[in-house]
Amino acid sequence: MARLTRERGLILAGLGLILAYPWGVSAVGQPFLIGLGTRILIMGLAAASLDLVVGFGGMVSFGHAAFFGIGGYAVGILAFHAHDGSAFLGLIPGSDQALVAWPAAFVLGGLAALAIGALSLRTAGVHFIMITLAFAQMLFFLFISLKTYGGDDGLSFRPRNLLPGLDTRNETSFYYVVAVLLVGFLVLAGRLLDARFGTALRGVRENERRLAALGIPPYGIKLAAFTLSGAVAGLAGALMANQARFVSPELLHWTKSGDLLIMVILGGLGTLYGPVLGAAVLIMLETVLALWTEHWMVVLGPMLVALILFARGGLWGVLAGTRRS
Amino acid sequence: MLLAEQILNGAQFGIMLFLLAAGLTLVFGIMRLINLAHGSLYMIGAFAAAWAGDATGSFLAALLAGTTAAAAIGMLIEAAVLRRLYARDHLDQVVATFGLILFFNEATTMLFGRQPLFARMPPWLAGSVELLPGVPYPAYRLAIIAVGLLVALLLYLLVARTRIGMLIRAGSSDRQMVRALGVRIGVIYMVVFGLGALLAGLAGVMAGPVFSVQVGMGEQVLLLTFVVIIIGGIGSVRGAFIGALLVGMVDTLTRAYLPGLLKTLLSTSEADAVGGGVSSMAVYLLMAAVLLWRPRGLFPAHG
Repeated sequence: MARLTRERGLILAGLGLILAYPWGVSAVGQPFLIGLGTRILIMGLAAASLDLVVGFGGMVSFGHAAFFGIGGYAVGILAFHAHDGSAFLGLIPGSDQALVAWPAAFVLGGLAALAIGALSLRTAGVHFIMITLAFAQMLFFLFISLKTYGGDDGLSFRPRNLLPGLDTRNETSFYYVVAVLLVGFLVLAGRLLDARFGTALRGVRENERRLAALGIPPYGIKLAAFTLSGAVAGLAGALMANQARFVSPELLHWTKSGDLLIMVILGGLGTLYGPVLGAAVLIMLETVLALWTEHWMVVLGPMLVALILFARGGLWGVLAGTRRS
Repeated sequence: MLLAEQILNGAQFGIMLFLLAAGLTLVFGIMRLINLAHGSLYMIGAFAAAWAGDATGSFLAALLAGTTAAAAIGMLIEAAVLRRLYARDHLDQVVATFGLILFFNEATTMLFGRQPLFARMPPWLAGSVELLPGVPYPAYRLAIIAVGLLVALLLYLLVARTRIGMLIRAGSSDRQMVRALGVRIGVIYMVVFGLGALLAGLAGVMAGPVFSVQVGMGEQVLLLTFVVIIIGGIGSVRGAFIGALLVGMVDTLTRAYLPGLLKTLLSTSEADAVGGGVSSMAVYLLMAAVLLWRPRGLFPAHG
């Protein structure tokens, strides 16, 4: 019971921190840090969605940035057409409404994950890592070749997507919109993982053959988790596009997939909340190191190596006093 | 006429990929290690060679410096970091070696700056050879093909005909059994890794005068190398050879001809953009197709 309370306490502390952050940075006279917080929450959402697949399902996807990028481009392309009044492929009119663009990003991320997952999940292990990477690379080069939408240089748009009754241009409002979506996802995903689906998903990680013998076909479970994860990553990408008011093929670069994996591992594999913490630590570490030296990666690289070699289990496990579930 | 030239370019690129893939596939096959930092060894070889070549003016010195630096640093990271990762799952390996990439890229930037280095060709290979009447081809590129074929032959003899090669093959199919039979598998690991690093360095040295020597050159070629070994089948040197030639050809030929073909359909600038994108995608499409057709690659080494 004591452990459970400690993890609960940690969750509440995290929630309090997320809610108080804009107020806190404004109180110390650094309101520009709100944008940093928004970025952390967005990457946290993407990393937590990846944890569903990697941490709970045991499927190491090295192409998660693809779904993130698709979500981002959904927003960017819709905003582009809304701005110049044309239509995507001559059929779909543009939109600068969040209630149109964000669900579109979610659905497109999910559809891409469904298609890529349906093919990739026929392989396992190293081959799965590499085939997800390959699909992500294909999409990366696809967006590079789309000259209409900026190609290599990317596509900037403004303003942010509009939400009825809210001013998304205001950094604090946008921060809270992102925070609500993140917390909403964490609550729903937590419920889902406690339900039968979550148990089956852990079963996939532990022993697929045994799961099949129990009458649950692993393929369907894996594909469902992969699709959900891709959809949420698409939503996160849509938010990131809005945060930056800019999308570029960089969103789909394979190093972004690597960053997401690092966040998941750093925070704690299979802990759901841990990856949000991992995103916070990684982004803050990058920001602080970058202030200190231009060559911050020369410090970050060995830190990652040391993390893997010596600190297993992730930060969430350390703080919550639990080993990975 | 031009086609012959492009085929040679494809072969030359494929051979370069083979030098990288041979080491990677052995490391992968025997130690079950995904080493993303393999591309860094290629970069280290290229930088060390460009630096030594600039300092001494001798290609031989460049060759020695590049291969030694790559092999030495390779064995160093094997002993310091990678050895501890062999028993870990692939996820840990991916993240740790990703960290190594960040380190090597940034350290190289600090040492040499962001400007690409110039690597000189040996003067005796600077000319061109007329293979077919009217088709001159750079001698240096032919030399790369020759060196690569020679390395492939030596590797084949090493793996198929020698005692250490026998142990490598045995380690690739069942390392537990090899260890149980009293072989010091740690030594084999080190030899294999050092050899792989040396070949990556050699590829870097030879690539220097053809491509630009700059930070990030490792990753561009790393992903293609992974495509090669996945297509060829993990752990198989023969698979790496076939896979490398296949990838080299597909990449070079689509890059050379696709934009031209698309120009019949699209405007020039669009055809260039789309053609460039699609030809970059082509090798990944090839890999996905091979994996869906044969999930373990063309020549899987394990039973």
